[in-house]
Amino acid sequence: MILSATARPHPPAAAVSPAKAQIAFSHVTLDLGGKTIIEDVSLDVKPGEFLCIIGASGCGKTTALRLAAGLYQPTSGDVTFDGASMRAPRRDVAIVFQDYGKALLPWRTAAGNVSLALETIGMPASQRPARIDELLHKVGLPNHAGKYPAEMSGGMQQRLQIARCLAQEPKALLMDEPFGALDAMTRQGLQDEVLELVAASGATVIFVTHDLEEAIYLGDRVIGLLPHPGRIGIELTIDLPRPRDQLTTREQPEFLRLRRELFDFIKASEA
Amino acid sequence: MSGERWKAAALPVALLVALEIGARASGIQSDALAPPSAVAVALAEAFADGSIIGATRDTLASAFAGLLLGGAVGLALGIALGIFQPFDRLMEVTIEALRPIPSIALLPIALIALGFGYRMEIVIVAFACVWPILILSRAAVRSIEPRLIEVSRALKLSPGDRVRKIIVPAALPRIFLAFRLAAGIALIVAVTVEIAINPIGLGASIMTAQQALRPDLMLAYLVWIGLIGYALNAGLVVAQKHLFGPAALAGEAR
Repeated sequence: MILSATARPHPPAAAVSPAKAQIAFSHVTLDLGGKTIIEDVSLDVKPGEFLCIIGASGCGKTTALRLAAGLYQPTSGDVTFDGASMRAPRRDVAIVFQDYGKALLPWRTAAGNVSLALETIGMPASQRPARIDELLHKVGLPNHAGKYPAEMSGGMQQRLQIARCLAQEPKALLMDEPFGALDAMTRQGLQDEVLELVAASGATVIFVTHDLEEAIYLGDRVIGLLPHPGRIGIELTIDLPRPRDQLTTREQPEFLRLRRELFDFIKASEA
Repeated sequence: MSGERWKAAALPVALLVALEIGARASGIQSDALAPPSAVAVALAEAFADGSIIGATRDTLASAFAGLLLGGAVGLALGIALGIFQPFDRLMEVTIEALRPIPSIALLPIALIALGFGYRMEIVIVAFACVWPILILSRAAVRSIEPRLIEVSRALKLSPGDRVRKIIVPAALPRIFLAFRLAAGIALIVAVTVEIAINPIGLGASIMTAQQALRPDLMLAYLVWIGLIGYALNAGLVVAQKHLFGPAALAGEAR
């Protein structure tokens, strides 16, 4: 595949010394049901880095995220977090699922859903209300503490899930197409909010999306996976200035060039 | 209340009126039948002398005690079987062998082991209630949204918290439905045990009225049992709507 070489003059980020990587895949292969889903993937994510993973559907991007989360164990190779093998999920690694409607507890209010994470980290009941207020405020849901998920819009539900993840005080945030089911305006608003939240907390992010522009807009680096089996096909460093802006960033020639490059990659990978 | 409900009541009321007119017109003397007016009088008398109240207390006490006992066992087993697949496979033959035994068939054994009275009746009711609650709560646990189980894994909930905070609340609406079903079964089985052998409660009162050649009193008890069953179900439906209504899928929102 011609496109598999890094197309930019930057040194590939995978060459960063493993000691510095927060999340590291080394020669990770995963077989599920007799099929190889992920094959020989190696990648390093530095602390505080925003890494986006794109790829055609069925290329294993969600699977890669679940490996990083410790929800799957690799068949061979190793996934490490701060140098320790991910044998199970960790509380300092939070996962934002795509299907927010299924990931929230429908019998608990917004406050109750955030409280679930605070209960598990052992925060005393007396301190929880203040923290819940703070978190709901942070994600833009200050007046919805008493609402049930069924009474909230999709965008609000996803904000709530993000608030619950932030309650874990994660060092890393793993997001699986979090805005895939939302309308364009809500999605852009949430993109900016996530960038702000991440900048404020300094968390490492792996963000899976099928939206190429979203990946470029958000990421420090974009990795494209090739399907059957999933492996790294392209790696682009995004040098667009921060803070990013929905209008000006997307109009920059560099943005358009990156978009073209990813588009060609996806097209070639589907052929 | 609503017009629809009155429409639904029209047929039974018309039937009662027809029965009354028919009975009076033909002037029958029967050991099995009585005009509705005589049944109503017998029911009022049974209330006046307190006999029906005592019998109702005995029957409901046995039915509820059996429901709680059987429900607790069925619920615990159902949740455990729903969570642990290997345990389920281990128990499968045992459960499928015990489940088809009609609870009433246990009467002779229970009678020898426990004698007449509450205890024997409670055990038989409990046996009858274990199975529907076990099967339905097992199915309820299995049908929990897998994403919620993943959320509990991602948050690293302890096994106890996972059951308490995720599995039970998520399965609660369906578990409640199982209890509603079992409550009806409990009443049926309790009255059946009393009619068959146990000299307490409404079932035994029906047998006494039969032997005293009092069809009016016998039918009065029948009507009363029907009313209890109706009220029980209606009460549980209201509780269900109140607890699990669309806007308030409320379990424990702290």
